[in-house]
Amino acid sequence: MKRLALFIVSFLCWMVLTWTLYLPSVLIGLGLAILVSFWFADLFIQEPRKFFQIKRLAFFLYYIPIFTYYCIMANLDVAYRVLHPRLPIKPGIVKVKTSLKTPTGRVALANSITLTPGTLSVEITEEGYLYVHWIMVRTTDIKEATERIVRKFEPILKEIFE
Amino acid sequence: MSEIVVILGNVFIVVGLLFDLLGCIGLVRLPDVYNRLQASTKCVTLGTCFILFGSFLLMGFLWKAILAIAFVVMTSPTGAHAIAHAAHHSGIKLWKKSVVDRYEEDKK
Repeated sequence: MKRLALFIVSFLCWMVLTWTLYLPSVLIGLGLAILVSFWFADLFIQEPRKFFQIKRLAFFLYYIPIFTYYCIMANLDVAYRVLHPRLPIKPGIVKVKTSLKTPTGRVALANSITLTPGTLSVEITEEGYLYVHWIMVRTTDIKEATERIVRKFEPILKEIFE
Repeated sequence: MSEIVVILGNVFIVVGLLFDLLGCIGLVRLPDVYNRLQASTKCVTLGTCFILFGSFLLMGFLWKAILAIAFVVMTSPTGAHAIAHAAHHSGIKLWKKSVVDRYEEDKK
């Protein structure tokens, strides 16, 4: 199961990168994907069951436009701050809490935080606390900061990874 | 049809370059390493994605570019996180006008 999941991913990557149906190329890709999936399956995929659930995939597809929207807003935000003559920033590092448990989910959350308006994840602890550098600190309270920074993504990421 | 695609591709590349430029301006203007990382990560990630998407359209639906976008989006924030983490661990202070540093407080 693990191996099948990794095999699908690596073979898809090969096919997209070479982008041809020329038989020798496909065969080499097939062989490499099998080798890779036998060697590295234990490293990459912990719970292969999740990989094949349609609901998670659907939530992932739903996540993409939301993420893109926040990403573009983040860029306009940076553009505004950088081009403003007086440089309107008030930076600081705040602490937020996440209820995500799986490592993959936490990585996805940290990456999403980094690419969304005004925030950059600096550190994550075992207990689920994230230290986030905020370019415009609005609150230093854990609860309120969590509400503002994490809430946007947590419910969707929970559906995808938990 | 193909003309629209060409125009769109060029527009995407120009917008991507603009975002990259903004990221560089941010890199120069903002005060400390964390703020600079913010500007450069966000703008350069999206700028590069736009350029890749533009080339996806211009080169006749080159799916490699989409794969490259996926990899850039996954790796670039991770790199920024690593740099910020390393900077904080090696004791680089926040900008003097920063309001709060919960991480420093908790480390003590």
